[in-house]
Amino acid sequence: MSQSPPSPLVPTTLGEHDSLSSAPALQGKPKTPLAAGLAIIRAGLSAFWHTVTINGKVMAGSAIIGFFVLVALFGLIFVHQDPLAYTSDLVAAPSAAHWLGTNQAGNDVFIQMLVGTQVTLFWSFVTGLAVLVISATIGLVSGYFGGAVDDVFSVIINVFLVIPSLPLAIVASQYFARTEVTIAVVVALTNWPWGARVIRAQTLSMRSREFVTAARAGGERSWRLIFAEILPNQVSIVAANFVTTTIQVLLAIAGLEFLGFGSTLTVSWGTILYGAYNQGALILGAWWWFVPPGLCIALLGSGLALLNFGIDELADPRLRRERPAKNTNKKAVA
Amino acid sequence: MRHLIRRLTIYLLAVWAAVTLNFFLPRLVPGDPASALFFRLSQHGSVSPNLLNALKIEFGVDTKDPLWVQYFQYLNNLLHGNLGVSTTFFPNTVADVINQNIRWTLTLLTVSVLISFALGTLIGIFMAWRRGSAFDTTLSSLMTFFYSLLYPWLAFVALYFFAFVLGWFPVLGGGYDASQYTPGWDPGFILDAAYHAILPAFTIVLSTIAGWMLTMRNTMITTLSEDYVMMAKAKGLTSRRVMFAYAARNAILPSVTSFALALGGVIGGQLFVEAIFSYPGIGFSLFQGIQNDDFALTQGILLLVILTTVVMNLIADLLYTVLDPRVRQERSA
Repeated sequence: MSQSPPSPLVPTTLGEHDSLSSAPALQGKPKTPLAAGLAIIRAGLSAFWHTVTINGKVMAGSAIIGFFVLVALFGLIFVHQDPLAYTSDLVAAPSAAHWLGTNQAGNDVFIQMLVGTQVTLFWSFVTGLAVLVISATIGLVSGYFGGAVDDVFSVIINVFLVIPSLPLAIVASQYFARTEVTIAVVVALTNWPWGARVIRAQTLSMRSREFVTAARAGGERSWRLIFAEILPNQVSIVAANFVTTTIQVLLAIAGLEFLGFGSTLTVSWGTILYGAYNQGALILGAWWWFVPPGLCIALLGSGLALLNFGIDELADPRLRRERPAKNTNKKAVA
Repeated sequence: MRHLIRRLTIYLLAVWAAVTLNFFLPRLVPGDPASALFFRLSQHGSVSPNLLNALKIEFGVDTKDPLWVQYFQYLNNLLHGNLGVSTTFFPNTVADVINQNIRWTLTLLTVSVLISFALGTLIGIFMAWRRGSAFDTTLSSLMTFFYSLLYPWLAFVALYFFAFVLGWFPVLGGGYDASQYTPGWDPGFILDAAYHAILPAFTIVLSTIAGWMLTMRNTMITTLSEDYVMMAKAKGLTSRRVMFAYAARNAILPSVTSFALALGGVIGGQLFVEAIFSYPGIGFSLFQGIQNDDFALTQGILLLVILTTVVMNLIADLLYTVLDPRVRQERSA
């Protein structure tokens, strides 16, 4: 984690060199900046590689997430077929022509899964990000200002922690148009309290630290203190929170889609499941229709959870496996 | 006592917020929800024009009363248990539907949550005690997978595998065999109901147990490194006593807190499980309500779910006071 700072430098440095080398006068020797840029990229990559491989759980989690991201980005390059195209193969079992069989309308489940991966990943990450922005803002503001502001925000956070998010999301989405956007907005507005609580507690413990007091004495404005001094110092907590939030959001979106709140024109993991349930995949014995989407949700969720547990272990050494060392220590003490 | 009063205030505010959102959300929607629903219903088949009026009355959009008057009328209705008429189960009122189905839901919920919490916590204790062993590593990675399962999917797969492929359970689900039994205190019916409940309960236990297990394992590991645990071991106490009376007794506190917070999610998950198994609880009614745009029914059920969660939270708080002497004596709150 301590080695990650080089990576944010990469784009800015590269950008400067790019603008320099594109100037006509300097076109003669573009090699040095390019080489420097490459070196920085390599340093950044190795720092990234180091962070990813330092812990087995982080590595496994990143590999799973990476796989789905690659499928989402490049999976559709090889496929040129409408996922909602009707064919004459109805409820066909998996074969060479249809790797994951077809559903009752003759749609190819494998192609639906490819498209669904893209849609599901996109909306989960976007919604997760929205949740993070809401919870971080509320948590930071509440924790930083303290006093009456904190009292009010704490009550709001606690009240919404008590109200179960899924039922609230169902209440909210039933009145609006059935689209992915509705689901994303509703899920974002019902899933923020957890993160807000964690970030508030952390901010509260950080607001009277010396570096904050020093910056305040230097005449920094409150919003700068919050977002430029305190926020960067709890990046690890915010990152871990983003990972947990994304699992929650992934499951919430799939759940709402399963209930039929998704758009009928979009194909995502949740809407495939809804179709399977509603069109009697069970009675037809069409396991290839409902097993893949749920399995992918569980796999992606486990990837995120592994990443989260890994980050936890990195942050809290007591959770790490250090049995032999501890035992010798104890003996020495005794 | 001060702690409890503060929690109580939060719970009352939560109920008020839920009720208020319930009132204002349909009024926020552009246009008028009654006409929108009437339009959608008329696309499915012919409907009597009287329905539009009925819907308008139900949504409270027929009156010229100012919003705050409508709001207090709505609160008054709620206080008298008047949740409106269900369009799905017409002419039953929402209160009737809930009344008929709530016992199924509560029985299934209580049994499965208790099994899941007790079993999960117990296994978590052993996992922490034997941490690093094959038992711990295998279960840890397996639980990570179960942790992120989608309830309805697990229910779907369980129903497919155990009922459709193996034929151990009825494929159609349901709460009991309606052709043979009528609900009542007759042993045949109770056995049949228990038989129908096995698979749904199994699904709920399987999808919730991971959370308890991992929470307990992690807090237990932290507790095991405390000095008093080492002291207890040094005194020569049996490992069973150290494990349960010293370490687990203290490690269970965070589990109780997360129990309360997770309950909302568990109840939400059970709604799905009931829908898949056509289990005659409020979850199945909710699913039918959503499919039929039966707003009064879904609103009523969701209010009830929120209310149940709040009450369960309160119970967990009381339990917490019993378990943690620090809270009782106001030393930390």
